Parts: sequence; structure tokens; C-alpha cells
Amino acid sequence: MAAHRCSYSAVLFILFNLSVFIVVDSHQTTLTNDHHGSVVDNPQTASETVEQTAAQPAVDDRRWEATEVEEEAIPDDASTDTQGTSTPESVVLSSLPKPKDDFQEELVVRPLDSGDIYASFQFRTLWETDFMRGNKVSHYRLFPKSLGQVISKFSVRELHISFTQGYWRTMQWGQPFLPAPPGAELWVWFQDTVTDVDATWKELTNVLSGIFCASLNFIDSTNTVQPSASFKPLGIGNVTDHQFLRYATLPREIVCTENLTPWKKLLPCGSKAGLAVLLKSEKLFHSSFLSQAVHIRPVCQDQQCKTTSWELRQTLNVVFDLHTSGQSKREWSLFKMFSRTLTEACPLASSSKIHIDITDNPEGEQFELSPATPLLSQAVVLGDRRTFSVYDLTQQTTFGAVRSLNLLIRWKSSEGHMLRPLLHAERYVAGYGLQTGEIHTLMYNNHPFRSFPVLLLDSVPWYLRLYIHTLTVTSKGKDNKPSYIHYQPSKDRLRPHLLEMLVQLPPNSVTEITVQFERALLKWTEYTPDPNHGFYVGSSVISSLVPSTVAMDTNSTREQPLFSSFFPCKEESSFFVRVYTEPLLVNLPTPDFSMPYNVICLTCTVVAVGYGSLYNLLTRSFQIEEPSPGLAKRLANIIRKMRGVPLL
Amino acid sequence: MATTEVERRRGQLAALSIAAVVIIIGVPLWWRTTETYRAWLPVSQITELAKLQLQLSADVEVVFARGTVTPEQQKKVPLTQTRDEERAVDEDTSLRYRYETKYRTATIMEEDALNQPTAAEADLSLHMLSESPCGSLVVYVIPETSLLLPEDVNVYIGQRRTALLRIGTQMRVGKTLEQLQAHLEPRINQVLQVMSFSHADITAALSDRVRFSPGNKEGIADSMRAFKSSPGYEITFSLLNPDPKSHRLHWDIEGAVQMYIQPLLAKLSPVANFSIDSQTLNYAMLGVNPRFDNSRGAYILNADSLAHVINPVEARLGSNAASSNPVLNFLLYVPDAHHSPLHIHDHKKQEVPSNAFHSPRWGGIMVYNVNGFYGTEAEFPADININMSKVMGVFLAQLRLLLGVQSSSPPPGFLVAPCGSTGIADWELDRLMWSRSVENVATATTTITSLAQLLDQIGNIVINDNIAEQVSSAVSSLQLAVAELEAGNLGFALQYSKEAILASEKAFFDPSLLHLLYFPDDQKFAIYIPLFLPMCVPILLSLLKIGSEARQKRREKQAKKD
Repeated sequence: MAAHRCSYSAVLFILFNLSVFIVVDSHQTTLTNDHHGSVVDNPQTASETVEQTAAQPAVDDRRWEATEVEEEAIPDDASTDTQGTSTPESVVLSSLPKPKDDFQEELVVRPLDSGDIYASFQFRTLWETDFMRGNKVSHYRLFPKSLGQVISKFSVRELHISFTQGYWRTMQWGQPFLPAPPGAELWVWFQDTVTDVDATWKELTNVLSGIFCASLNFIDSTNTVQPSASFKPLGIGNVTDHQFLRYATLPREIVCTENLTPWKKLLPCGSKAGLAVLLKSEKLFHSSFLSQAVHIRPVCQDQQCKTTSWELRQTLNVVFDLHTSGQSKREWSLFKMFSRTLTEACPLASSSKIHIDITDNPEGEQFELSPATPLLSQAVVLGDRRTFSVYDLTQQTTFGAVRSLNLLIRWKSSEGHMLRPLLHAERYVAGYGLQTGEIHTLMYNNHPFRSFPVLLLDSVPWYLRLYIHTLTVTSKGKDNKPSYIHYQPSKDRLRPHLLEMLVQLPPNSVTEITVQFERALLKWTEYTPDPNHGFYVGSSVISSLVPSTVAMDTNSTREQPLFSSFFPCKEESSFFVRVYTEPLLVNLPTPDFSMPYNVICLTCTVVAVGYGSLYNLLTRSFQIEEPSPGLAKRLANIIRKMRGVPLL
Repeated sequence: MATTEVERRRGQLAALSIAAVVIIIGVPLWWRTTETYRAWLPVSQITELAKLQLQLSADVEVVFARGTVTPEQQKKVPLTQTRDEERAVDEDTSLRYRYETKYRTATIMEEDALNQPTAAEADLSLHMLSESPCGSLVVYVIPETSLLLPEDVNVYIGQRRTALLRIGTQMRVGKTLEQLQAHLEPRINQVLQVMSFSHADITAALSDRVRFSPGNKEGIADSMRAFKSSPGYEITFSLLNPDPKSHRLHWDIEGAVQMYIQPLLAKLSPVANFSIDSQTLNYAMLGVNPRFDNSRGAYILNADSLAHVINPVEARLGSNAASSNPVLNFLLYVPDAHHSPLHIHDHKKQEVPSNAFHSPRWGGIMVYNVNGFYGTEAEFPADININMSKVMGVFLAQLRLLLGVQSSSPPPGFLVAPCGSTGIADWELDRLMWSRSVENVATATTTITSLAQLLDQIGNIVINDNIAEQVSSAVSSLQLAVAELEAGNLGFALQYSKEAILASEKAFFDPSLLHLLYFPDDQKFAIYIPLFLPMCVPILLSLLKIGSEARQKRREKQAKKD
């Protein structure tokens, strides 16, 4: 019997050994796996080469051949002459029809009170055409073909896409001309002829991801929302049915040269001439903030809106830190910042201008601008009347005798007074542990006596489960009931939370919005490659009509600088502002990723012990064993045996 | 020891029954739940398709005009005659050409039409009388005295599907019918070779299935020039202006496309869908610096360097974002003022008269010099209007070549009517459709057979119902296409072959095929080992033990018997 037990434990032991060995073996199979993979791969590649045999020699044999044009190949020579439509030969024409497209470029430089320099490039292409009509043939001149094809294929009404590196510090820098959240942001209004908006959106994001070399293909239903009020069309058209709107952000997107190059390629002059020569990536990405964007929308050509046209606005905003550039003296020049100077305007541009904001420097006591320009212009921008020195690059005199323009700003005094922005916001996560937490959003109204409403949009991924009943809005210590709440709960792995609120901000106050959440457990394949870095939650978007101190210009078709004409202005007393908060970085409970192998060992043991003993009980034959004699008795017996005496 | 014996028996029975439960319930359960889903595929039909036997049938009508046959002969003329021609291409592919020839005499209306003053008018009025279906041909045999054709021309090939054949001088009235037929047959064959499918075209179209012997390289180069058959093409015209500071170029591409390209594409619409766009690229430079030739006073671009010309330009051309059809690029390059004029030289150092080149399966490029249109002291930027009829003539010729519209030189004595405003004659379209149908069939069969082979070899691949559906529809379309080719219905054959190619590509490139293809083995081990090892080892051991005990018992019994 004892032997039996012994054999049983031996079996168990072997079993353990075997299982451990096999587990080790399975580790090894991971190493050899790619061999398997390649073996498996072979039939397919073989069959694919069969598929493509004809294509491959074509590449090798690609030959250039002279085109022989036979007389008959030009069938219409005779007929065109009779029709009289063709011009006899290329001629230099004195009068030409006004082209249907127009290109403008503009650079605004604003010295910021924090000592930084804000440079904003805007390139605008206007094209008088009608994408809404379903005509197939499209002929592009200044408008980039790739974007035109996207618009017409996907029936896009408006498209806004931005790539941003860094966070715009509203408290230090004031309002930007064009706000953008960190990472990538994409919002699109589709035409109402689109039947399956979600499928079109998916396809569109994939195509855009190819055009801009960005990970926009990661936009899916889990990070797409349909805001009901925050993102209204900026162009003409009164479609307000938000089922044709899609909004998504990728706060984690890293913006770099590979996004800038395709963006520059969309410009009619590329980076060969005009202001775009300044856009050298090694300098641009050495900055505190960089945001590049593409906005496409239909706009009116005139006041009555008889003719419409498409507007493509390419913008690039960059903030340079003067202190990190090394020199202790505060001096800024085009060459120092962009390592290039300007020699010409883009020949295709109808206007090419540089604006320098000299509002804070009316008598030249703060900084000195060289070369000096007699041209001054005033523009109302973001509720403020600003004065600009203007350099017109289409005039040869701008470049002077050296035929190159290198703007230089030399500061005389470092003091500056900061005009506090009327609206700004911040956000953070509170709480401890990995189970629950709380999102705090703070909105500041710095207007001394006016209160104004703001629209807050929050899109939170599903793995932060918001407890909407814990939502509190307090300003000045009192409960501030939002006048409008649109909340769409999340669905796990399907869609994010969407929270939109209209909140009235009392004058000179801080409004705090808190909501608690619980962190969900993800499946182990859903974690990012660096799960301990944390998960990003996109910025909140705060849109508002802020009371203006000066009368705003409501005529959107009047000639005005590009930077002040982006957001349409409906009334004189207020101006539109959009503020993005910081994105959040939230830690989720992260498992130990070597876990599967531990699980294998553990289950193996549990199954072996549980099932093994059951099996043993069922199959073992039992017999009554005589109780074994005590130790003393056994010893006595041994002695007796040796002595040859009968046992006890 | 009876009780222990009973206990032992019970233990053995328990072990056996557990083993039985595992084998009867556990194994099938495991098998069923871990099975990869593989929908049924029409494998036998696919293997049938692997051996492709194509028969192309063309209807030919030979119409004798008055004065070519005597009434007695007319009675004896056979109504129809079928001629088969069998060609084996390789062990898996064989071709058979069938020409079904019908003989009849001309009707009175046709006689009237044939009495028109010129061949072109006769051709038109014959076309008005009756429209012959796609893929068929009508040959009118006209008497030797007919004034329709010039002296040295024996055969006139019209813009549609008709040909006029002048009967030879030696075939005066009074010869026997056999002599007449013997005289006509080789000439009708010649006409067929020009106007209908030729063996060279069809074998070129089969290049997907059949590997060429290296001997006929010239033929390959010819067949490689044209784009592969595709359900759609994107045509892009690009105006390259490397110097927008001195040249402000204007081209009426919209009107030119309407006038020159659209008629051709409308005619080609049964073959494929086309979409056209155009763009202007500024500051687009060529990849090579042209050399200045003092003797000619011009810049020269050699044929050898042309391969490098387009590379930097191509990066800016941009791929079509909205579709995955092949793109035909046509570039019009206007050299900058400092590098004008620019001429392209061919391999023999001769100036190319059209100043244009084309690259197989890519597109064409034309250099358009504008320096002659302004004086040396002209004020820059100069506004230049581009003569589109000159440009489009070149591009149209290139487009025909790239789309595979063959313009093989006709044999002596043939007069080919210049193609009309559409840029392509009906019979040229037929030839294209013949070769495109065959090419589609060849490509689709290759795709389907290689997919079937692949699925057969790798058991890990999941075959979903939609893939099986695509495969079945591809197979049935292929069968229909082959049948329609056999019946001579060219239009339907092309239609079905296009459907077949679409369905087969869709099935072949379906991403769901890849889902479980690389299911890692370590994960499989991780799932199975904890389950199988602790369970199977005791069962196996006890089974072994029972087996050995039984053997021992038998041996004991044997010993007892002995």
C-alpha cells in the first residue's frame, strides 16, 4: 500500500515536472514562432506572386518611349477650327477673365507679455465652385487636389482639423487667434445627402490619416461624439441637425515633421516661395507651442451671398520662447526664429502681408522695430482694437536694397502689463487610489461686471465611468444650476460619455464643476503599449460669446486681415471665444502583464490537485490496513530479528 | 481477498468510465468548440476553372454586292460556314477561335448605300441601315469595278464594324464558286485579323496565367505598355509650372477634356469607368538638369535620363485619396524661362517631334515650350494661354496607347478610316473588349484558384459566409463569362468578367481571412495545457496500468493452462 501511495506521489511529481517543462516549452515556442509564421506565410506569398507576376516585370521593364503622334490621333484639329473655340496658338493675352480662385497669405507676430513671441501664419485659398453639385470632373488650380477629392467624395460641408504640440497657456499668453487642443482634433459637418454618416466618417478619418500622416485612423466610435450645441457650422448653411456632425480628439497624438510636410504640400507655392519658406521644421518644433490646422468651409463672396465659394484656411500658430533660445538680451528677428529671411511673396498670392502687433508699443518705448514701416492698420480682434505695423510683401520696396526682409524686434524694457483674458479654464483630476476619482473643471470669468453664458463640452472615454448624479456646478460658493444639460451616457467599448452644459458665469467669479467617476478594468489587450503612462482624456471645450469692449465688425465679407475673420461675428457687442482646457492623464488599474503565464501555472496546479484527488478517490481500491505497530514495538522487533528471537 | 478484488474492479471500471466520458463527450466538445469556421467553397468548380478552355466566337457576315456572284452561284453559296482554329497556350490553358461566317447577297438598300461616292459615306449609310452587335463584323464584297476605293486599295476598314473588300481582278464573273471562295478566304482572314481578335492580343491578355517564354520580349513590352484591366481608372492631367514668377499659365482644361477626352471615354464606358481631374503644380521641378546644346540653341533632355525625370514630380502628384483605381498621369511641363526651349531626344539623338514621352503603365509627359511667345525683353510675369488642341492630341494618343487600344499597322492594300470625333473606331473597341474580357477571365481564375489553394493549405484560416458567397459569385460569373465568350456575346462576356474580377478580388483581399492566420502557438499551449495535462496524464496512466494488469492476467492464465 505504501508503495502504491509512493507511486501516486511520484505520478503527481512527474505531472508537475511535466507541466512545468511544457510551460517552459511553450515559452520557447514563442521564440520559434516566427519560423512557424514564415512557413505558414509561404503559400500565401507564393500565390500572391502568382497574382503579381505580370506587375513585377512592368516595374523592371518600365521604359520610356517617345510618343509618336500620328496625324489621325489628333482627330479634332479640323473640327475645332470650325467650331472656333480653340485659340490659334499660345498668345500673350492682355486681358484675362478673373480667375475663380484666390490665394492670400499672412503672418501676424505678437510679442507676448510673458516675453514670448507668438507668430501666426494664415494661408487662405478661396475657390468659387460648387462641391454640392454632383459633378464628377474637378479641375484644381490653387486648391489642393487631394483635399478637393476628399470633400467631394465624402460630401463634406465643413472640415476642421488641427494638430497641436504643447498647450496654449491662456493666462500667460492671452487668447490665440485660433484655439486648438493638444493633440489632434477633427470635426466635420457632412452634407445632408449623406445616408450613413458613421461609415463615411470612418472612411474619411482613414483617408485623412493618410493625407496628414497622422494616427487619425484611431478615431472610432469610442472617441467620436455628436455635440448638440458646441460646434456650429462656421461657414454658410443653416444645417443644425447635429446628426451630420462628428467630433473627435486624439489628445495623445504627437505632432512632428511628418505632419508638417504634407501640410506644407497643400500650399500652392509649397515651401518654395512666400511666407512658407519660413516654415522649417527644425526651428518650428523647437518651440513652446505649435499648432497647425486646416479649415475648409463654404463662405459667401459678397454681402447678399449671391455667390458662394469654398474657403481653405491653413493656419500655423507657433510660440517661441525667447529665454530658451539662449541669448540673455531680448531680441527677436525672422532669421533668428526661422533661420530664413523673406525675399519674395508667393507669386500666386493676391495679398501677402506681415502684421506686427504694436498696440502695447505706441511710442516705441517698449521695443524697437526695424526696418520701420509707414503702414499701420487697426483691426478689431478678440474684442479688442489692436494696432499693427504692416509689411506688404507684394511691394518690392518692402525688401529694400538688400532684397531680403529680416524683421527685427529689439526690446528696450522688459516690463509689461498683462491684460487678463476675460475667460479661461482649467481642469484636473482629484482623488486617490485606483478605483474612483473626481474631475474638476474651473472656469474663470474675469469680466468685472458682466456675466455671460458658456457652453461646456466634455467627452470622457467609457473607461472612466462618470457618476452623473454627483455632478455639481458651484460659483461663488453657491449652487449654479445649468440652464441646459445634454448628457449621453457611455456604452462600454462603443461610445464615450458626452456632457454638454450651458452655464451662466457670474461676473468676476470662478465656477467649479465636479463629477465623480469610477475607473473601469480593461481587457488585457486593450491596454496601450505603455500602460503605466496613463490614459489621456481629451480637453474640455468651452465656447462662449464674451462681451466685447469695442464694437465688433459684423460684416464678414469686408476686406479684413485673415486672423480677425475666422469666427463669424453676429452681433457687435460680443465676440466668440473657444477655450480648451488641459487634457487629463488618468492612471487606470494596470495588471501585471506576465500574468497569463502565472495563470497557466496556477490553473495547472489547481486542476491537478482538485481533479487529481477526485480521480484518485474514484479509481483507487481501498482496503483496511492493520494499524501499524508503534515505534518502540518496531525497534524491539528489529532487535529481536537480529537476535533470532520470534517477533512480538 | 474477494473484497479487494471487487474494489480493484470498481477502480478499474471508474477509470474506464472516466476515460470513456472524456473520449465520448470531452473530445467532441473540444473539437466542436475550437473548430475554425470554414464555409463551403465550390472546390470542384474551381479546379475545373484551373483548366481554362476558352472559346472565342465571332460572327462574320459576308455580303456579296451586285456584280460579284452570278445568280447560279448565289444559289449554291452555303448559308453558314464555321471555321475553328485551336491553339494550345500551355498545359492548363487552351484557346479555340470560332468564326461563324454567314453568306448573303446585299439588299437593295445596301446596294444603294454602296453606290455612295466615297467609302466613308458608304460606311456611314451602311451603319445607318443596320447596326451590327458588339463583336460581330460585316464584310461587303464589292465588284472590282467599284469606284469606292482608290486604285491601290483593296480593303477599306470603316469606322464601325464594316469592311469593304474589293474582289480581285482575276475573279471575273464566270469562275466557279470554289475558286471564288478560295480567293476570298485568305483575304477575309486578313480582315478578321485586323478587325477582330488576333492570337497575339489574346495571348498577351493571358499573361496573368501563362508565363511567356523569354523569346518574344518585344511582344511583352508591347503588352506591358497598357494598363492592366481594372474596373475603373483615374485620369489626372497636371500642369507643371516650375517658374510661376515668369509664366502665368492658363489652360482651358475643362473645355479640352469635354471636347477631346470625354467622347473617347464615353465610347470606352463599357470597358471601365473613368474619372478625370486636373491640377496645377507650381514650383514642380524635373529630376534632371537639361543639358544646353550649343549647336541647336536649345536645352536637351536625353532618353536615358527620362527615367529620373518624374521621380521628384511624382511625390507631388499625390495619390488619389478617394479611390484605389490605377491613376493615369498626364503631365504638361512648361520649362522655366531660363531653360527654354527644352527638347526631348530619343535614343538616336533625334528630336522627338511631339516633344512628348510616355512611360508604360504610368502615363505621359509632354514638354511645352513657351519661350517663342514673348520677346526677350518681355515683362514678367507673362500671361500664356496654352493651345489645348496641340496638347490634347498628344495626350489622346498616349491615352489610347496606355489603355491598350492597339494601332497595329494594317497589311498592304488596306485602308483604315481615320477614327472620327470619338477617337476610337467600333472595331477597335471590340478588339479591346475581346482582350479585356480574356484578361479579366484569366486574372479572376488565377485569383480564385490561388485563393482556393491557399485556403486548402492553411487550415487556420476562417472562411466566413460572405467570402464563400463572393467566391461562389465569382465562380458563377466566370462560368457565365466563359459561356458568353463562347456564344459570341461580347458585351455580356465583358460585363460578367468584370463582376468576376471584382468578386474574386474582394474575396482574396478580405481582411477576415487574416484573423486567425497567425494565432500564436504559445497562447494555444497556454489554453490547452492546464486543461489537458492534469486530466489526461492520470487517465492515461491508469489505462496503461489496466492494460498491463490485463496482460499479466492473461499471461498467468496462459501459464496456468500450460
